[in-house]
Amino acid sequence: MTATAYKVRPGGSRQLAGTGTLLRFALRRDRVMIPIWVGVNALMILSMPNTLENLYATPAERADLIQNTATNASFRALIGPVFDDSIGALTAWRVGVYAGALAAVVSLLLVVRHTRDEEESGRQELVASGMVGRRASLTAALLTAAVANAVLALLVTAGLAGQGTSGALALGLGLAGVGMVFATLAAIVGQFTESARLARGLTAGLLGAAFVLRAAGDSASDDGSSALTWASPLGWLENLRPFAEERWWVLLLFAGAALVQGVVAYELAGRRDVGMSFLPARPGPALGRLGTAGALAWRLQRGSVLGWSIGFFLAGVVYGGLTEGAADLVGDNENAREIFERMGGQSGLTDAFLAAMIGMLGLIAALYVVASVLRLHGEETSMRAEPILANAVGRLRWAAGHLVIAFAGSALIMLLAGLGFAVGYGKEVGPILAACLVQLPAIWLIGGLTVLLYGVLPRAAMAAWGVAGAVLLIGWVGPALDAPQAVLDLSPFGHLPKLPGGEMEWGPVLALLALAAGLVAAGLAGLRRRDLTT
Amino acid sequence: MTKAITVSGLHKSFGKTHALDGLDLDVETGEVHGFLGPNGAGKSTTIRVLLGLLRADSGAVQVLGRDPWTDAVEVHRRIAYVPGDVTLWRNLSGGEVIDLYGRLRGGLDSRRRAELIERFELDPTKKGRTYSKGNRQKVALVAAFASDVDLLILDEPTSGLDPLMEEVFQRCVEEERDRGRTILLSSHILSEVEELCDRVSIIRKGRTVESGSLADLRHLTRTSVSAELAGPPNGLSHLPGVHDLDVQGQRVRLQVDTDKLDAVLRSLSESGVRSLTSTPPTLEELFLRHYQADLSEVAR
Repeated sequence: MTATAYKVRPGGSRQLAGTGTLLRFALRRDRVMIPIWVGVNALMILSMPNTLENLYATPAERADLIQNTATNASFRALIGPVFDDSIGALTAWRVGVYAGALAAVVSLLLVVRHTRDEEESGRQELVASGMVGRRASLTAALLTAAVANAVLALLVTAGLAGQGTSGALALGLGLAGVGMVFATLAAIVGQFTESARLARGLTAGLLGAAFVLRAAGDSASDDGSSALTWASPLGWLENLRPFAEERWWVLLLFAGAALVQGVVAYELAGRRDVGMSFLPARPGPALGRLGTAGALAWRLQRGSVLGWSIGFFLAGVVYGGLTEGAADLVGDNENAREIFERMGGQSGLTDAFLAAMIGMLGLIAALYVVASVLRLHGEETSMRAEPILANAVGRLRWAAGHLVIAFAGSALIMLLAGLGFAVGYGKEVGPILAACLVQLPAIWLIGGLTVLLYGVLPRAAMAAWGVAGAVLLIGWVGPALDAPQAVLDLSPFGHLPKLPGGEMEWGPVLALLALAAGLVAAGLAGLRRRDLTT
Repeated sequence: MTKAITVSGLHKSFGKTHALDGLDLDVETGEVHGFLGPNGAGKSTTIRVLLGLLRADSGAVQVLGRDPWTDAVEVHRRIAYVPGDVTLWRNLSGGEVIDLYGRLRGGLDSRRRAELIERFELDPTKKGRTYSKGNRQKVALVAAFASDVDLLILDEPTSGLDPLMEEVFQRCVEEERDRGRTILLSSHILSEVEELCDRVSIIRKGRTVESGSLADLRHLTRTSVSAELAGPPNGLSHLPGVHDLDVQGQRVRLQVDTDKLDAVLRSLSESGVRSLTSTPPTLEELFLRHYQADLSEVAR
């Protein structure tokens, strides 16, 4: 036996050696993440026909909807144009952009997780020292994303086949196409940064840009023909026109873009060293000014606070701009009005729309508070908390730094969302700000629950994401499905006064605040008593 | 008050695993104390209890005269800790981390900080991820040696340092001792411990098996003797404390319990000694003896 059998030729097939093993390994590591993400996305899509049948039961109502989207540019910017009045076409219209964006997010997370994350943590060195080809890791990462997207396409095709097989297939393939375009884009971005966090942020920023391009194009034209829409992969999805005389050739755009980006990613990856990047990390100061645990916490979280602040302010501006048009759009549709009123409140439609949108931002702010509180958990499990706590810093002081950012930060982003509404809508500034701030007791309750889990059951701290997800599901899907009150009551957001328009009720607000404070106190007491995770 | 650390009968379990099973440890103020044991013996667990990061199940623990669990912050003001595996924040430079740690302790001597950065050849402007393992350890070591504290707790601090830096580290430890600071040094590098430590404690399976000065410990162990005699040896095999006796004509090799050495020498000189070498046991032999007790238990 000689060693020649294993000789590696440049460009030879040994560059892919080990891909299969790495792919199986990646799928094993993601055995929870992929099913949940893909399942939630598919569920959102497959539940839509039912909702739409209830909302727009008669052809007249559907014709009305088409007429309205054709004339309302801001609504087209948000969701896109409608191409046909069948339930299938309406489903593709209603979910397309958002399901596509979610598929893109899942894909970019998967690719960065299996490429740049591995290099940054140093695990890649160990893997690459095995019988693993130079291109195997990137290939396995892209295949992992391909598996997730293929499963999504399969579920969507099978689940919507009742609305028309070819439309269902087109939508499924289109969503997978968006996913793979952003998977390969993430592969390129990952060559430029040493930090996985930065690679994720930049790729998500490009996804945001694709959304804005499509939104601008769709507000300018009512049939997706704007050049701006064609410049965005999310615009290709609507121009594929599922359930409305599909244009199959648009799939070639997805395939072509994914192919070109994939080639570029491999070319770049082949020209750099493991762990290095084309944009090297800049050196930092030789002398530090950080002097307290609180200052450290702010330094670690300030980037994310800034990102959330900008996002919430812009969301406020966009939804504020839509408020006038929303009343026209929903106008005579009794069912849609009912859903909005169930989501938002009981009075006039404008107030109900505002309350529904502000409530939705409140639900999203719950994700911020969970992420921010769980920074404590991340610091502890990565062993960075240990040397800090070996200094003259008490556990409570250390935790307080992060918790202040979590709790005050959620107030800040809700306030900025309110200011965004003031810019976009321009009326009722006081009541809208009050409506934004009245979300805080429910947001803080979720934050308090996260502190409790972290403090008392650190192994189960990640379950806080499950709680936030359940609350999000109840808040988003509950009213549309006319869920029983007992289910809606499970979410703290269900107990908030319906502002603007409704009555301010101090009882539930104070009760939620007291409960949140109690949860934080109990969590901190647990943290003080327990062993640090080692 | 002369004890920097006193631990007696310390127990700590994680679920069904008994990490510490009645451990004792005494560290005098102003000494360099070596803390030895095979992997998994409970060294790091003990150190985390000393830092108040883990709570003892039972047993008495005092660090600088206080309970590290209830008075963690007060104790930590006078302690600098260097973990074996230093993790840094990816977006903070080494210099920032050194200053942060310094301020979170009793304070930092900036002249000493500059001198140490120079001696350890550390670039303080690089950011967390770009440091190698050894350089990450240097960040923590500079922060510890430049801090104004009474007790240094070092958990395998040199596992990533090259021999030159190891030398710098040893000089620094000696300087700290000369300033009257106490150092608890957990290490696998036995030559380092032999060079630096006044006293050592060896632990195994969560218990202290030996503790004392190196001279004390040597006394309990065997000395190797090899001699060339004028005549055939006589009666050596009957002497108490003699092991591994190997006689080839007039050449003799043997191991003897150090406290029985006198009788062996007398017996040898009765036969007439032409040449004699006697080697005191190294720390490594001491350590291996306890370690091999583990192995033989496994074999059984």
